[in-house]
Amino acid sequence: MNGVPLAAYIALGLFMFTTGVVGVIVRKSPIVIFMCIELMLNSVNLTFLAFARYQMAGFNKTPENIQHSMMAGQMMVIFVMAVAAAEVAVGLGIIMAIFRLRDNVDIDEMNLLRG
Amino acid sequence: MNQTVGGVTITPELLMFGAIAGAAAICAVGVVAFNNAIRSALCLVINFFLLAVLYFTLNAEMLGITQVVVYTGAIMVLFLFVVMLLNLGGSKLLHEKPDPKKFVGILLGCGLFVILGAQILPQLTKVMPMPLSPELAKFGGPEAIGRTLFSEYVYPFEAVSVLLLIGIVGSILLAKRRL
Amino acid sequence: MADFVQHLHPAWQALIRVLFFVLPSFMLVPGVIWWERRLLGWMQDRLGPNRVGNITFSRTSKLVPSMLRGKKFKLFGLMQPFADFGKLIFKEDITPSAVDKLIYFIAPGIALFPALALGATIPWGPYSWITPVADVNIGILYIMAVSSLGVYGIVLAGYASDNKFSLMGGLRSSAQLVSYELAMGMSLACIVMATGSLKPSAMVAEQSGPLWGLDYPPFNMIQNWNVLTPYGLVAAIIFGICMIAETNRPPFDLPEAENELVAGYHTEYSSVKFAMFFMAEYLSVVVYGIVLSTLFMGGWHLLPIRFDAMATTYKSFGDVWNLLDTLNGSSLLAPVWVIAKACCVASTYIWIRATLPRLRYDQLMALGWKSLLPFATANLIVVSIWIISTKISSPIIGWVAVLLSAGILYGLYKTINKLNLKNRPNLASRTVTMVDEPSQRREAELVDPAPAPT
Repeated sequence: MNGVPLAAYIALGLFMFTTGVVGVIVRKSPIVIFMCIELMLNSVNLTFLAFARYQMAGFNKTPENIQHSMMAGQMMVIFVMAVAAAEVAVGLGIIMAIFRLRDNVDIDEMNLLRG
Repeated sequence: MNQTVGGVTITPELLMFGAIAGAAAICAVGVVAFNNAIRSALCLVINFFLLAVLYFTLNAEMLGITQVVVYTGAIMVLFLFVVMLLNLGGSKLLHEKPDPKKFVGILLGCGLFVILGAQILPQLTKVMPMPLSPELAKFGGPEAIGRTLFSEYVYPFEAVSVLLLIGIVGSILLAKRRL
Repeated sequence: MADFVQHLHPAWQALIRVLFFVLPSFMLVPGVIWWERRLLGWMQDRLGPNRVGNITFSRTSKLVPSMLRGKKFKLFGLMQPFADFGKLIFKEDITPSAVDKLIYFIAPGIALFPALALGATIPWGPYSWITPVADVNIGILYIMAVSSLGVYGIVLAGYASDNKFSLMGGLRSSAQLVSYELAMGMSLACIVMATGSLKPSAMVAEQSGPLWGLDYPPFNMIQNWNVLTPYGLVAAIIFGICMIAETNRPPFDLPEAENELVAGYHTEYSSVKFAMFFMAEYLSVVVYGIVLSTLFMGGWHLLPIRFDAMATTYKSFGDVWNLLDTLNGSSLLAPVWVIAKACCVASTYIWIRATLPRLRYDQLMALGWKSLLPFATANLIVVSIWIISTKISSPIIGWVAVLLSAGILYGLYKTINKLNLKNRPNLASRTVTMVDEPSQRREAELVDPAPAPT
């Protein structure tokens, strides 16, 4: 048996995901919270690609089924990347717009829907 | 030849993976732990780069290089831009004081990891990569991704292009000082 | 030799491949620096440095062997780059006290890394046991990825210097780099579409076919270099302009402009760290020159002539054609041709540096976003028309593509010309009236200070 067990990739993805969750809860600066959201999205990407590569036995695995599920994993990751890029652009624009109005950068202070 | 520790054989690939994954995990913790926002961003850059290397080991070469181009090369540059532009106001803006309430958050995060991990990981320790025939090994290459993206997934592709256009227009609108 | 290398352990093979790429690039950097200073000097009607390394033996000393007494050996200033590096190494390494020490220390290294890693997928010759370093399926995207990483060295250097001008220089430069990467990616996409593969070695192989895919006599004697195709010419020009912007060369060197930002992002770096930035810039020039010549100008072939096709048409000189064919695409001289083409591209950069004034920042961004990117996208349409005409239906449609690309070139020429201010209409002249007429100017009186109270 060569290679890396699937649990290793999933464990890394899970660790990154929980680190991102802890970061979103604990940190006060909006930019670092954004970075932790990106961390979570990347952990999800890693999990998709790991499952796409390690086709687990037990489902009906005809050859074109395997091909289809491998490609489905890659496609999900492409769309997650594209959506994350759009989200970062808009989110950082919002953060810049807010920071122009206020001096403090504590996210607990931004609790009103108006400026 | 290859030693077995706890039922898992130690191969060079496992050691490589362990090194890269360990560094990625340390950088992920560094994103959350550093008070200085620039150091957090740099840790995240290293993390993305190491993730791209991991994608290469998973036969997803097109996605690995796309991760470097999109995430490391564009999104993180954008983050660094914003952090540096905000730093122009004063260097005290982005430093946070350590707070005992954060300890509870970290504890809850560990709890989440333990709960999810205990359900998922024990069933997956025996799953090994499926051996791939040469034409199946190209499933992560540009040709296979291009074919699938433009034939089966063309509707999401067009929708994502509209989304990116909206994102461009929206972010320009948000960043203007006067409309 | 090929068998010996192929039976080694893969780690040793990787090391040999990396050394085969890195060592010639490092050797070329002092050459490019010397050549730049000499060529720039000649273009500016002066001689460049030509003194360093000239040896004149004494005419009378008994320590000198008699046949060498009084002889002069001229080195034409080739030692000048080494003298520069020696001076930079022996300078005092000043670190400002308030910098972010870790980032300040690693920023020059981060700037040097993409310059070294860029050419890893470029083949230096037709032998695949030693070059390229990694013949991955995604070679062109690797080049895009590594040029995206080139932003970090500059941004981090500008930030870590704790100097507002450096920070501004770094941010401006990263905005410039990111903007020009888009047009670069689009022009690469044209070439990828025409070739059908992302590997640079496949592109070189494609470029050695007959011109425009036509296999009959006048055309099959010329190689199908990408600059000789209409879409490839536009793509090469756009890629060349983007490359000058990516390496921060004049006329795109606003981030390191001397009279505006002191020295931009590398103001606070002295001695060895500055030498690393310096070396990174010239290494990028060399490696990008190699990339341009591989993708557009046929790679490791010397001339765009197919001697084997000439041998079938003009059979009487068969041996001459065979000899020229081996010289053209041969095994041993191929890296020499690659280096020769990189030097030609570097000479063009130096020529552009000597000729054009520096672009202002808004002109630079307008050029990148408003003219290069739309034209590169229009070029994609031209490529698709070309592919339709050559591979699917009749070649007559190819003339449409030629006309369209001529239109794109004309549009590029006009937008670049718009940066030239000579053609601006004269604005209404304004006069400023001084309040005091010259006749009313008063003499200043020197007044003694009030005497001190006693």
